[in-house]
Amino acid sequence: MLIHEQSRPGRRATAQAPLNQAATPGLPAALRRRTRAALPEVSELQAVRHYTRLSQKNFAIDTHFYPLGSCTMKYNPRACNSLASLPGFLARHPAAPPGHSQGILACLFELQELLKVVTGMHAVSLAPAAGAQGELAGVLMIRAYHDARGDHERREMLVPDAAHGTNPASAIMAGFAVREIPTGADGDVDLAALRAAVGPRTAGIMLTNPSTVGVFDRNIEAIAEVVHAAGGLLYYDGANLNAILGQVRPGDMGFDVIHMNLHKTFSTPHGGGGPGAGPVGVAAHLEPYLPVPLVVMDGANYRWHWEGERPQSIGRLTAFGGNIGILLRAYIYARLLGAEGMRRVGEYATLNANYLLARLRRAGFQPAYAQRRASHEFIITLKQEAKTFGVNAMDFAKRLLDYGFHAPTTYFPLLVPECLLIEPTESETREVLDAFAEAMIQIRAEAEREPETVRRAPHQLPVRRLDDVRAARQLDLAWQPPAD
Amino acid sequence: MPFIPHTEDDVTAMLAEIGVARIDELFDEIPAGLRTADLAGIPAGLSELELSQLLSARARADGQPLCFIGAGAYEHHIPAAVWQLTTRGEFYSAYTPYQAEASQGTLQVLYEFQSMMTALTGLAVSNASLYDGASALAEAVLMAVRANRQATSRRVLLPRTIHPAYRHVVQSICRQQEVELVEVAFDPETGQTSVAALEQAAAEPYTALVLPQPNFFGVLEDVHTLTDWAHRQQALVIGLVNPIALALLAPPGEWGDTGADIACGEGQPLGIPLASGGPYLGFLCCRQEHVRQLPGRIAGRTLDLDGKVGYTLTLQAREQHIRRSKATSNICTNQGLLVTAATIHMALLGTTGLERVAAACHANTSRLVELLTEIPGVVPRLTGPVFHEQVLRLPVPAAEVLRALAAHDLLGGYDLSQDYPELESAILVCATELRTEGDMVAYQEQLARIIAARG
Repeated sequence: MLIHEQSRPGRRATAQAPLNQAATPGLPAALRRRTRAALPEVSELQAVRHYTRLSQKNFAIDTHFYPLGSCTMKYNPRACNSLASLPGFLARHPAAPPGHSQGILACLFELQELLKVVTGMHAVSLAPAAGAQGELAGVLMIRAYHDARGDHERREMLVPDAAHGTNPASAIMAGFAVREIPTGADGDVDLAALRAAVGPRTAGIMLTNPSTVGVFDRNIEAIAEVVHAAGGLLYYDGANLNAILGQVRPGDMGFDVIHMNLHKTFSTPHGGGGPGAGPVGVAAHLEPYLPVPLVVMDGANYRWHWEGERPQSIGRLTAFGGNIGILLRAYIYARLLGAEGMRRVGEYATLNANYLLARLRRAGFQPAYAQRRASHEFIITLKQEAKTFGVNAMDFAKRLLDYGFHAPTTYFPLLVPECLLIEPTESETREVLDAFAEAMIQIRAEAEREPETVRRAPHQLPVRRLDDVRAARQLDLAWQPPAD
Repeated sequence: MPFIPHTEDDVTAMLAEIGVARIDELFDEIPAGLRTADLAGIPAGLSELELSQLLSARARADGQPLCFIGAGAYEHHIPAAVWQLTTRGEFYSAYTPYQAEASQGTLQVLYEFQSMMTALTGLAVSNASLYDGASALAEAVLMAVRANRQATSRRVLLPRTIHPAYRHVVQSICRQQEVELVEVAFDPETGQTSVAALEQAAAEPYTALVLPQPNFFGVLEDVHTLTDWAHRQQALVIGLVNPIALALLAPPGEWGDTGADIACGEGQPLGIPLASGGPYLGFLCCRQEHVRQLPGRIAGRTLDLDGKVGYTLTLQAREQHIRRSKATSNICTNQGLLVTAATIHMALLGTTGLERVAAACHANTSRLVELLTEIPGVVPRLTGPVFHEQVLRLPVPAAEVLRALAAHDLLGGYDLSQDYPELESAILVCATELRTEGDMVAYQEQLARIIAARG
């Protein structure tokens, strides 16, 4: 039942609002509402119970194993939330003067420095509000770089076919044409195709490494050479940074510009789909174009640099300098880990992925790239199961929910048929990974014995499989008050 | 090891299953020359206790000054239940509801949020949020350019009464998409967008007009007249609105004869702490006919196999993970956690509560202006009616006054002289429902003292 359907005229959570309605003679009659806004009118207990119950209809990291590939659903330490919620941090107005900002700016400055080290980049801006906004900032900087050199012909962005959908969409928003580069049979970018594609129109390439097929591109140095020799720049999509944290740095691989997803690698909460934070890092030649603001040290004090101090900047992307509360959580996480902890993230994320891959492989599941090491994630293809039992990857995913596991990413990347992209993260125990492997084995046995059970899954959740076609054809996007 | 549960036995057994001797071997596909990650400069890890001591000191250092700044971020009372519920692990640590059956909580919250935003804006459709108000305006501008099929240009009129930071963001995001942004001057007396300036800007064809209500100066624009004016020229109207103000003010869907086409704004006043400027949430609503041009996630109500009501993400064919380079936007993430807080906030306040908050803010700001303008030389700079902010002209340089006030732990307002030199020494003040008579009198006393000392 919706909160709206529990509403009764005259019922209110009275303690939460001012006790009286103040007079507002200053508001002109013509500009006032003619009818009152139809918000729910419920008691405090009704609201608390309603949203508590709704929360219980979610799978979350705190309640379930959540091996969603390319999303890095690792544990979100509670200290990150409670320390970021200290009253001094929550109450600070974005326009507060420097004298009332040294505490938060110290944290943000140190975070910029930490991220520079861990990625091997020359400079970092924390401004982008999410990964996709970081991508947009990155490709806007590539465009600004070429434009500043009078290199106006470079209007083509190369994007591997395995890339996240945000990559081509961001390139378009920066005014580029997108040219797709195929992935080779071994999972690495097809070098010959890349060599054939580069030229005087090449602005750059957007790469995820390890890629979305869950392998580290062994030819990364050659790719960098080919693109740089053609006059293009290398953009690193940091979605999979968790795999290599403390092991390899994008700066050392030859990337000119990167974004990081702090809600993945630095464990800030995913919050039911956001907020994120997508800082960007650059090599020295792109530094003037970084999005504002940046935190700088000015003598003994920290302060912001905005458009005025950075005239070549691609500008600002949100009103007030980004998702600072999220940046603060990432900073806290980084300080809890320290250098050693960061190294272990990459190691144990990779260990868990390779272990789960080995378990599933031993059980007869087919890895998409059988000859390759897994990075922090890997793909299995259920092509065989789909053919033999008529039970596809989505059916497996839905049945996993009944077993108490969130499903892996399904049908992405698009180039592997019937795929599950599985990312266990470093924070899971071996027992959980074993239980997941057992569930997969069970489901395959069910697929053979009673395929309908799998095809019609889930059976144990608050709702059964939903009619997405109806949702899109008979649009119902907002509650309407019943007609009297 | 922080947040890693492995025992030595686990590691041994796992390596054996994989068939390698050491974890290091798992990285053997990475060219050896690259495996030099140097973490010099990253300090050793701290315990939760040590870190909490460090962070507490830093949070204290920023103090909790008495705040009379609004300028796009507003301090309101947030009911205790809002964040206690929002930070439940089931909301806090869930991801995008791609598996709808396992995400009915988040999905229903999104649907309720959309329902509440349509009620506030008077438009048929809402998305499930964007990053913040400024980026929502940028997306609204791009959306209007796509949606206006009668348009012969990609010009969008952007009044100078819009928040300067918002105008910067629209510029950054739209710059490479061949959208021409045309600034429209305001009436220097009233602070309202001037029809004369609009007429001049509209001499060439344009596709959309953005109308802030209230505008950055807190002033109410004549939205009915301006909406009809733009519609007569086949332009779309984008309302940029404050959700608290919408409890009392005419919703964009009822502006002029036929209503605005798109509405967007900053959702922060709905239960989100100031927190230095983010994370906040942008909202974006539109008329039904433009739904397929709306960017960002949208939740829809549907039925399951048994005919039971359920919720799912819908119209995903607009989005980047399906359409890739042909998507309506590159946006992927929304602000789910903030949407959850805003939804619970609106449910707790209800229609009456939100009206009372809005009225209290209006009344407090009126009272503050009354007190401050008792000081010789302090006068309202603009004559237009206001919602909960007002521009005051000071007899001494604004920056100097604000610095002196800050030294007494009082943030007196937003200095307009940088962005609006034409207003001379002017500040924008705001008193939400949180400010008491005592707070406002304290401000009056400090300001009088500072101005007298300077004179």
